[in-house]
Amino acid sequence: MQAYIIRRLLFAVVLIFVASVIAFTILKASPGRAGRSDIDPRLSREYIEQQDRLFGLTRSPVLQYLSWLGVLRLFNSAEVSGILQGNLGLSIQYKQPVAEVIEPRIWATLLLNVVTLGFTWMIAIPLGIWAAVKQYRWPDKLLSALSFTGMSLPGFFMALLLLWIFCSTLNLIPPGGLRSHNHEEFTFIGKVLDYGWHLILPVVVLTFGALAGLQRVTRGNMLEVLREQYITTARAKGLNENRVIYKHALRNAVNPLITILGFEFAGLFGGAALLENVINFPGMGQLMLEALRAKDQSLVMSVFLIGSVMLVLGNLLGEILLAAVDPRVSYA
Amino acid sequence: MPDAPASPLDLTRRASGERPVFVAWRAFRKSRIGLAGLAILIILYAMAVFADFIAPYHFDDQERDLQWAPPTSIRFSDANGFSLRPFIHPIRSYIDDDFNIRQEADTTQRCYVRFFVTRDEHRFLELIPTRLRLFGVDPPAAREGDTYYTRLYLLGADLSGRDIFSRICYGARISMTIGLIGSFITLVIGLLLGGISGYFGGATDNALQRFGEIIMLLPGFYLLLMLRFMFPADMSSVEVYFAVIAILALVGWPGLARVIRGMVLSIRGRDFIAAARAMGLHPMRIIIKHVLPNTAGYVIVSVTLSIPGYILGESALSVLGLGIMDPIPSWGNMLQAALSITDLDDHPWVLWPGLFIFLAVMGFNLVGDALRDALDPKRVKG
Repeated sequence: MQAYIIRRLLFAVVLIFVASVIAFTILKASPGRAGRSDIDPRLSREYIEQQDRLFGLTRSPVLQYLSWLGVLRLFNSAEVSGILQGNLGLSIQYKQPVAEVIEPRIWATLLLNVVTLGFTWMIAIPLGIWAAVKQYRWPDKLLSALSFTGMSLPGFFMALLLLWIFCSTLNLIPPGGLRSHNHEEFTFIGKVLDYGWHLILPVVVLTFGALAGLQRVTRGNMLEVLREQYITTARAKGLNENRVIYKHALRNAVNPLITILGFEFAGLFGGAALLENVINFPGMGQLMLEALRAKDQSLVMSVFLIGSVMLVLGNLLGEILLAAVDPRVSYA
Repeated sequence: MPDAPASPLDLTRRASGERPVFVAWRAFRKSRIGLAGLAILIILYAMAVFADFIAPYHFDDQERDLQWAPPTSIRFSDANGFSLRPFIHPIRSYIDDDFNIRQEADTTQRCYVRFFVTRDEHRFLELIPTRLRLFGVDPPAAREGDTYYTRLYLLGADLSGRDIFSRICYGARISMTIGLIGSFITLVIGLLLGGISGYFGGATDNALQRFGEIIMLLPGFYLLLMLRFMFPADMSSVEVYFAVIAILALVGWPGLARVIRGMVLSIRGRDFIAAARAMGLHPMRIIIKHVLPNTAGYVIVSVTLSIPGYILGESALSVLGLGIMDPIPSWGNMLQAALSITDLDDHPWVLWPGLFIFLAVMGFNLVGDALRDALDPKRVKG
């Protein structure tokens, strides 16, 4: 197992490196020069050239990449530090270190996704069990209809529908974003409530979308366990049905779900990207689109890199958890 | 009973002597939700094909004075009594005493709704010139000094006074074809690479698998956005259409290829493949002719279930202004109008196209699910 993890971690490093090369290549193959789109026609040629030099845009793409990576720094201490030294670079658009631009966005996206994940798990698992226990009766049918709706309703459309009903018609929720314009004036509790108030819409939308899958898997697992012989034995012993379900079946049905948690971790950053753009939520997805529009290369690279790292680690976590809970799986 | 009960089947088995497609259809027919999904899809495809006929106006037929007009109310009665033929009141536009432009319905006039009308010259499917439209309204009797508008907006009008219903009909052409073409491309790539990978194994397999794994482990939506920015912003709509398909197919193939590889690996060891090899057939011929057909059941299901991804991908890009560009309508780019909360507030009918995205995705999901039940030999319905 240990050897397997080490091997996968090494592969993960290679994978992330390849991902960064792919991303940089795509970026360099895109038309339009970095930092040019926001340039004011009144700016002098000297100023533009100075800016290009400052952000290292006058060099060849290969050198730019190596410099971003921080490889050049290893050979020449006069070079700026890169990823290897823990420096994400400078944002052309914000004229700030990328780390400073990204940090609040990471928190916003994480907050949104972690809250969603919590709600999804708290709701989906009991619903899945309920559907399995009532198989082919009305709760099961209702839930399967809801699942189909959840799977088919595009999140961004649901968000717009809810905005129309609850924001413009009933005036109950804010029109998007993460904070009110007078957020700074609130007390601590007021600030927390303000965040909560803004999170209602995206969390409801994302949870509804994610419920379907997890609910179906829980139902499937539970049904499988209920067909096992030891359940028949338990029933034959004359055990109370509730005891059979909640004592004998439940734990075995829910345990394997742990692995899904790992894979969900992988989606923490990417999952909400479209929704963020639609409801103007200041997260990573919105930042990515903004950075791409401005051709802000270090910013794009950093967002992409963070997304890849999360995805790779999440998948690895899922695989490890799978081996941990299921003795039949071994990665010798 | 004359015929054997529809047993769970495998598309290549023809023991009953019946065409496997019929057996599959019999199993599919039992699923009511599958049939409902099929019905939705048939209606949506009919809308796409006959858009030129069903839509009362061309998709770019503007009436700027009727900007954001609400859905027209179709009436059966007014002060003059009841009428079996539905009609609408024309909109009268005039300048009042304070020199404001005013628009109001002229209740003294009726413009009847008629079916199979001849209207503007257009080409059916861009090919056959015709003037025929499914329905339309009579023109108003003009009166001096005032301007009259008769527009039948079933679902309201957009910013340029274009009919949202007509645009939805034409938009179906984008959304309903993008999934088919996209998943077909994914299918070809997935079958070929998955087949090669599984059949040859070894280094080829390893290389292809690692390559697919890398694509699968890249953050999908970010990759989609980055690839979109590889293309110039000022492409024509046709170019964007194919660029979007290419991007989505590029991101989508590894999942299918991986599963096909697995199936091919298990089929490879069977006797009939050994026999084919012993006969000296070319490996490519064995893969295409003997191995891949055995994966058909799974492939049909997974392709059906992958189509919604294309529809959603296109609408996601379009709603962000990165996909199909105005004036060509797609359900996604029509929803762009809903992104502004004030527009959503004042003209909620801009949300209609979203319902159609939902229906299309739902249709494919329902059909895919029913197909899986019909084709899966292991799944016996309880």
